[in-house]
Amino acid sequence: MTEDIVIRVEGLVTRLGGHVLHDHIDLAVRRGEVLGVVGGSGTGKSVLLRTIIGLNRPQAGRIEVLGHDMTRLRGDALRGVQTRWGVLFQDGALFSGQTVAENIQVPLREHTDLPQRLMDEIASVKLGLVGLPFEAAQKFPAELSGGMRKRAGLARALALDPEILFLDEPTAGLDPISAHQFDVLIRDLQKSLNLTVFMVTHDLDTLRATTDRIAVLVDQTLHLGTIAELSHDTHPWIHEYFSGARGRAALEPPIA
Amino acid sequence: MYTAHAMTPAIVPPHPDAAASFAIAREGETLRMSLHGRWILAETRQLDGALRALRTAGCREVEIDCGGLERLDTAGAWLLLRTKRALEATPATVMVTNVPESLRPLVETIERGCTAPPVGPFRRGGFVRFLDQIGGAVVEMGHWGLDLLEFFGRVANETVGTVLHPRRLRGAALIHQIEETGLNALPILGLLSFLIGVVFAFQGADQLRRFGAEVFTVNLLAVSILREIGGLMAAIIVAGRSGSAFTAQIGTMMVNEEIDALETLGMSSVEVLVLPRVVGLIVALPLLTFYANVMGLTGGAVISYFDLGITFPAFLRQLHGALHQGTFWVGLIKAPVFAFIIALVGCFEGLRVERNAGSVGRMTTQSVVASLFLVIIADAMFSILFDLLDI
Repeated sequence: MTEDIVIRVEGLVTRLGGHVLHDHIDLAVRRGEVLGVVGGSGTGKSVLLRTIIGLNRPQAGRIEVLGHDMTRLRGDALRGVQTRWGVLFQDGALFSGQTVAENIQVPLREHTDLPQRLMDEIASVKLGLVGLPFEAAQKFPAELSGGMRKRAGLARALALDPEILFLDEPTAGLDPISAHQFDVLIRDLQKSLNLTVFMVTHDLDTLRATTDRIAVLVDQTLHLGTIAELSHDTHPWIHEYFSGARGRAALEPPIA
Repeated sequence: MYTAHAMTPAIVPPHPDAAASFAIAREGETLRMSLHGRWILAETRQLDGALRALRTAGCREVEIDCGGLERLDTAGAWLLLRTKRALEATPATVMVTNVPESLRPLVETIERGCTAPPVGPFRRGGFVRFLDQIGGAVVEMGHWGLDLLEFFGRVANETVGTVLHPRRLRGAALIHQIEETGLNALPILGLLSFLIGVVFAFQGADQLRRFGAEVFTVNLLAVSILREIGGLMAAIIVAGRSGSAFTAQIGTMMVNEEIDALETLGMSSVEVLVLPRVVGLIVALPLLTFYANVMGLTGGAVISYFDLGITFPAFLRQLHGALHQGTFWVGLIKAPVFAFIIALVGCFEGLRVERNAGSVGRMTTQSVVASLFLVIIADAMFSILFDLLDI
């Protein structure tokens, strides 16, 4: 095997409410790459993410994460894989009854036996890593803005130093400046921590700034490639996506 | 070359065979610290204590040699950085050398990200916090009472406006509320009232039989159910069913900004949402109370027949004798007041919902607790009033 594949999806079929979302999808994510998943509303981008991390049961197909068959994994083996990935849900999904620092420490408390002092330190390191001010540690999720909640959620996802990071619409609902900062942050973290990133997004700027390859979900199937490759795809939706007015504005370098 | 223990005997570096370790050596004025193995989260526990205990023992220069590092994650990088900063404060000049190329971005990121002084204690605790919480709760309750009073004023104000212009009362919404809070509550309220009647009849019969006064079970039933239990049962069921529903409905509309949309369209949320609910419940609850009374007495009559052999006509005769004119009305007159309290608190809590989903649940719980609390206080005040009036 020449490439190191961390996520492998084979022949995936998902049906939701009698509606086929994915019809025999294949996908392989390489170690250290940033993969963007795009598609129209209701094409099952988030469902694909949720299926890979085991929150949704597929109707058929095989999902392999870090070499483990996710559909068969149970108990400790499953928890072992779960500690090697981090998930950022759309609005951060922070536990509302706990402060940001406590949120970050939840996985540490559950999966390690570090002394409290070191956990406090690690929590503040993660806060610094995602660019949150130190004062945010004491705050409750309801006291944070949307952008800060996402950063705090990212800090929690990074708590155990995962190998894979799943991001569900990381820049949705952020203003362009925050969104840009988030893009840079993800790219930086990905480089310095050597993360593999699986990212569902709508944001064309994010796609250009952060991703190595893009998976487009359309007509229950998946088209995979770099931006350059996909711009030549003949499927009308993909063509419209990358070559429509918004796509061109975001993806093409400005004319000097 | 000195060995580490010769120089700083207090420190026992982790065993060199461990997955992660460091060794210390002294060369003249320079302290050389070389890191080995995998400095990752799983190993930080054993590194932590030894690194904290590290002292320079008078060395002016410290060199941290990272050449032996196999792996590094953020936790390990933090330990490295923390140690570096602690030694720099001794004061000494600290150099980090030989960082493997692949680990360099991580070390730089951590160094850049963690400019804030790490960590004070994250939470306050103990007695002060306890007092703080009590004080906070008292103040909050005071504010709650004032806000409720203000809302009462607003509703009263709009009610006057609606009475003056009856066409502003929304008929369809009113009928819908009466159906929802009144008609749809009949099955559950009927069953529970019937069972309460059964329970009271059993208990009464059991006690009164000792005095040979079983027939007075009917009097006990009549007075307790008509004066108190029927009305309270209806109020409790309605607070649980409808008061909570009011809060949840209005609260969800708050979350979706529907209330804001209403107001900007020139409609009053009190007029559109609150008045139909308040008026509807004021109509429905007295009817429900009457129904609960009937069902409670029926339950009592059934047990009286099977347990005491009091036939239905005899039950009615005894009932007739037990009641004086006021008993029935004393129970019923409280119902509109209870209805007003439940609907007012339900809507009030709904409008206090903040724009997050958790808030809806919290306010719904609070609405039920607060409305039952106020209903029982009102009931106690009615008892005192009736006592003074000799009813």
